[in-house]
Amino acid sequence: MATERLEIVCPAGTPAALRTAVDAGADSVYCGFNDETNARNFPGLNFSRAEMAVGIAYAAARGVKVLVAINTFPRAGSEALWHRAVDDALACGAHAVILADIGLLAYAAERHPDRRLHLSVQAAASNADAINFYAETFGIRRVVLPRVLTVEEIAAINREIDVETEVFIFGGLCVMAEGRCSLSSYATGRSPNMHGVCSPASHVAYAEEGEDLVARLGGFTIHRVPKAVAAPYPTLCKGCFQTGDYRGHIFEDPVSLDAATLMPQLARAGVRALKIEGRQRSRAYVEQVVRAFRRASEAEAAGQPIPKSELWRLTEGQQTTAGAYRKTWR
Amino acid sequence: MELTVGPLLFHWATDAWSDFYARLADEAPVDRVVIGESVCSKRLPLYADRITEAVERLERAGKTVVLTSLALVTLPRERRAAAGLFAQTGHEVEIDDLTLMRWAGKGDDAHCPGFSIGPLVNVYNESTLRFFAARGARSVCLPPELPFASVASLAAAAQPLGIGVEVFAFGRVPLALSARCYHARVHGRTKDSCQFVCDRDPDGMVVRTLDGQDFLAVNGVQTLSYNCCNLIDDVGTLRQAGVTALRLSPHSGDFVSVCRAFRSAIDGQGDDPAALLPGHIPAMPYSRGFMFGATGAE
Repeated sequence: MATERLEIVCPAGTPAALRTAVDAGADSVYCGFNDETNARNFPGLNFSRAEMAVGIAYAAARGVKVLVAINTFPRAGSEALWHRAVDDALACGAHAVILADIGLLAYAAERHPDRRLHLSVQAAASNADAINFYAETFGIRRVVLPRVLTVEEIAAINREIDVETEVFIFGGLCVMAEGRCSLSSYATGRSPNMHGVCSPASHVAYAEEGEDLVARLGGFTIHRVPKAVAAPYPTLCKGCFQTGDYRGHIFEDPVSLDAATLMPQLARAGVRALKIEGRQRSRAYVEQVVRAFRRASEAEAAGQPIPKSELWRLTEGQQTTAGAYRKTWR
Repeated sequence: MELTVGPLLFHWATDAWSDFYARLADEAPVDRVVIGESVCSKRLPLYADRITEAVERLERAGKTVVLTSLALVTLPRERRAAAGLFAQTGHEVEIDDLTLMRWAGKGDDAHCPGFSIGPLVNVYNESTLRFFAARGARSVCLPPELPFASVASLAAAAQPLGIGVEVFAFGRVPLALSARCYHARVHGRTKDSCQFVCDRDPDGMVVRTLDGQDFLAVNGVQTLSYNCCNLIDDVGTLRQAGVTALRLSPHSGDFVSVCRAFRSAIDGQGDDPAALLPGHIPAMPYSRGFMFGATGAE
C-alpha cells in the first residue's frame, strides 16, 4: 500500500534542484529562504520568496509536498526576520515549516494553529518526553530525530509518541548533537545556530607547505596531508588532531552517512520518513540519490531487498557509516 | 549580582569530588551552587552517595543548592533520573535538556521550589525567554556562544519578566555534546566499555592541531574550548546591561580563589580583582571571545 511506503524527503538548494528532486521521485522536498533563517545559509543557495512560490506550485502540481526549513535560532532583537519567514512560507503554500527555536515555535503555533509544524533536528529532541513536550506545547506533527539514537531507541520512542518521525538516511553526518554545537563558532565566529553555517568556506584556507597540503579553518589546522592526496574539506569535527600520543580523527573520520541497508529496520521501528542531507549538493547528485532512494523505498514496501549496488555507486570513493544507528558507533 | 558555581563538568575521583564541595561550602563567597551530573550518566553512581552530604554542608553555609539535569537524555534510566529530579523536595532544579520541560511549571513539580534553565538549552531570543518566564523559570543561564549584543537585548527583556539572566563567566566553555565518547574512542574503547578513562583528565583532555596549536578539550561525550573564558574585567559592563548573575565553572586547582576574585569584582573591592585569580589551575589562556570577540577562541 502506498501509505506504508517510507516517505523520501529530499534536499533542494536551488529552484532547479527542487524541480529535479520532484521529477526524480521525491515524496517531499525541503528547502529554505536565502537568508540566515535556515541552517544551510550558503552563498548562491536557497530561495527568494518568488522562487519559493513557484517551486511549491511546481511540486504541488505533481503531488509533492514542500517543507520549508526555518531552523536557525532567531537573533535577539531581530526576531521579525524569522517571523516573516514563517508567515511567507505558509502563505506560499508550504506543506509544513521545519522549526527548532522555542520562541519561533510559540509564534507559529499561535499565528498558524492549523498548519503543520515539524520539529527540526536542530531542536535535538532525543527522547519521548522531550518530543511529547513539543507536541503538547506547540502541536508539532513530525519530529526529525537527532543523529544520536540507535534503531532500537527510535523504535522505543515511536511507541511513546503520537507524532511522525523522520530520520536522516544519507549524506553529511553530524557527530555532535545538532543545534547544540558551537565548535564552528569557536573557530570562526559563525555558527549553525546563529548564522546557519558550519565550518564556512569564508574561513577556510588551503596552503602548500613543503610536501604537505594544509587545510585550515579560522587559522586552526584541520587536515595536513601529502600533496598527492586530496585534502578533505576542513569540517571541524572531521579533522585530524592529536592528544597525548594519539594522532587521528578524534571525533569522526571524514565519512558520510549511509543507512540505506537499515531501511527495513527503520520501517519496523515506526519511522515515517527518510531524509536525505545535501541542500548544498548539485542537481546531478540530487537526481541520482533521489531516484535510488525512491526505488529503495518501493522495494522496501514490497518486501524486496534494497538494491544495494545502486546506492554504493553514489558514495564511490568515500567512506560511509551507519553512524549512531548502530550502538557500537558510540 | 549573584555568583553561581556551575556543575562540575569533569570526572574526578570521589574523594576529590567531596573535598571540592566541602571547601566550596566552607570558603567560597558564592550564592548558588549547581550540583550533580550533567555530562555522563555513567559517572553519577560513582559519587551519588556523596551528594546528600555535600548538599547539606553547602546549605548550612548559606548557599542555595540547585540540582542539575543531564544535558543529553536518551536512555530509559536517564529519563527516569530526569523525572525524578522534580520529586526531590526542597531543591531548585536546573534544566539542561528540554526533557524536563514536560513536567516543569505544570504542577508535577509541586515539591520543587522552582526551576531554572541551564546554559546548554538554546535561549537565543526574547520570545524563548518569555516562554520560559511564563512557565515559571526563575533564571536562565544564556548559551555561552551569544555575543554581548544579544546578552544585552535579553537582559533588558528579562527585567520586566522577572526572570534572572546569568552568563557563563569563567571556565572552559562547553561547545558540543555527542552520543559518542571521545575519551573512550581515543583510548580504543567504546562508551559502554570506557572503564571511566575520562578520570585521567581533571580539566579535560587537551586536543591539539597537527601543527601543535592548542585547540579544544575533550571531556567524555562533551567537547570544550581549550581557552578558559574569563569575564572578570567585564563585570561592570555586564551588570550595567542587566545581567543578574555570573557562572563560574569548576576547575582543578585553587577554585575558591577564583570565586573570591569574582566576588571582589562584583563588590567593587580592590583595584584589580583579576590579579586575585590564582596563577593557575592548569595553564589555560584566558579568553572573552564569544562575548566580545570575532570568534570564540579569540
